[in-house]
Amino acid sequence: MAERIPILKMGEFLLVTIQVDLHDQMAMQLQEDLTSAIERTSAKGVLLDISALEMVDSFIGRMIANISSISGILDARTVVVGMRPQVAITLVELGLSLPGVETALDVDRGMDRLRAAIEGGRLDVVGCQG
Amino acid sequence: MTKERTPLVTALIDRQPLLHSEWMAEMRAIGFEKDRRISEADLRTQTADFLKLLGEAVPKSDPLDLARDEWDETRSFLEGISRSRVQQGFESDQTAMFIFSLKRPLFARLREIAGNNADALAHQTWVATDLLDKLGLYTMKAYEKSREEVIHRQQTELLELSTPVIKLWDGVLALPLIGTLDSARTQIVMESLLQRIVTTGSEIAIIDITGVPTVDTVVAQHLLKTVTAIRLMGADCIISGIRPQIAQTIVHLGVDLHGVITKANLADALSLALRRSGFAVTRVLAPAGGTGAAPGESGGAATNGTGATGPRASHAGLHARAGS
Repeated sequence: MAERIPILKMGEFLLVTIQVDLHDQMAMQLQEDLTSAIERTSAKGVLLDISALEMVDSFIGRMIANISSISGILDARTVVVGMRPQVAITLVELGLSLPGVETALDVDRGMDRLRAAIEGGRLDVVGCQG
Repeated sequence: MTKERTPLVTALIDRQPLLHSEWMAEMRAIGFEKDRRISEADLRTQTADFLKLLGEAVPKSDPLDLARDEWDETRSFLEGISRSRVQQGFESDQTAMFIFSLKRPLFARLREIAGNNADALAHQTWVATDLLDKLGLYTMKAYEKSREEVIHRQQTELLELSTPVIKLWDGVLALPLIGTLDSARTQIVMESLLQRIVTTGSEIAIIDITGVPTVDTVVAQHLLKTVTAIRLMGADCIISGIRPQIAQTIVHLGVDLHGVITKANLADALSLALRRSGFAVTRVLAPAGGTGAAPGESGGAATNGTGATGPRASHAGLHARAGS
């Protein structure tokens, strides 16, 4: 069986850290695993850390976008963090600007962003009840 | 012919001291002596070295073909001469004259050796002139190559010099662009800016295009690419310094700057960047005409004072505090 990317649960969020070069098969597996993990844990946010990812192709680029929008549909906000300059340049050159994907510089800031988003969401609910 | 010394070899080896002094005299006649860029001693060493190399190479090389191995040292010597001439600022013709000024002394020696044999003289003159022409052309080629190297090096230096990434504030980087943006430059700009974003952990980057003379579709494309790459990394980008004509051009070209934050000048961009990172700018010293504060700041820092607010208020006595 192919190796899998671990998905860690941190409170209401899921943390996915890609530490190896992502093959197509692994990316597909990750998409499967992550969707079921969101469903199982009813996570409110996903943090996708790609700071160790050195190489991307159009497929991986599209997978990142897909994962982000699939999680969005499952009501889990996704933040992609730590993209390397070379990776960003490559994606842009490939014409993949990943619209709709939230990004942050590092895990810390990504976490802050997720927390802020969740807080905002809760306040809305309170506002509705009151 | 192979064993026997040709008159050219005799002239180059046996008459070398005389040839040398005549060559120096010839150079003096052209005016190299008055030239301050190169000292006579240096010139003397160079000519002596060259004659020595020539004296070694010519007897070994039967057809006088510069591509042969025997000429390796001569070729590298000429390359060295050309390079130093380029650095000293000599013109191409002056560089070529280094070789061509050898013709007259060499022909004189050949005539002396040939004596009354007109046929032999004509032949030897032809051989010598052919050789010197080849050497001269090689020198020119080396000269041009060195010059191109210089130009190329200057270009790269200019590229690096013209793309400084400045830290404006904690977490705010600025990149003032000056000159036209082409693909190569965009690449360097993008890379250095993205790298600095990573190393400084800055969340906001301001690209100031006040110094960009024209914006066409290509330049706009390059700018958009940079903005997208910055966004992908998780930072925000503001484009500032858009002049009215450029704004018009951008719209007329149909370039879609949707989703890109643009500001008219760097001050506005910085003020937005500070606001976003939770800073408020307030005036702590009262100006002569009354007290004022920078407008529209949210967050913890109180705006003190009343009275005149406006663009001018944000110049003297600035004081910034973290908003939260």
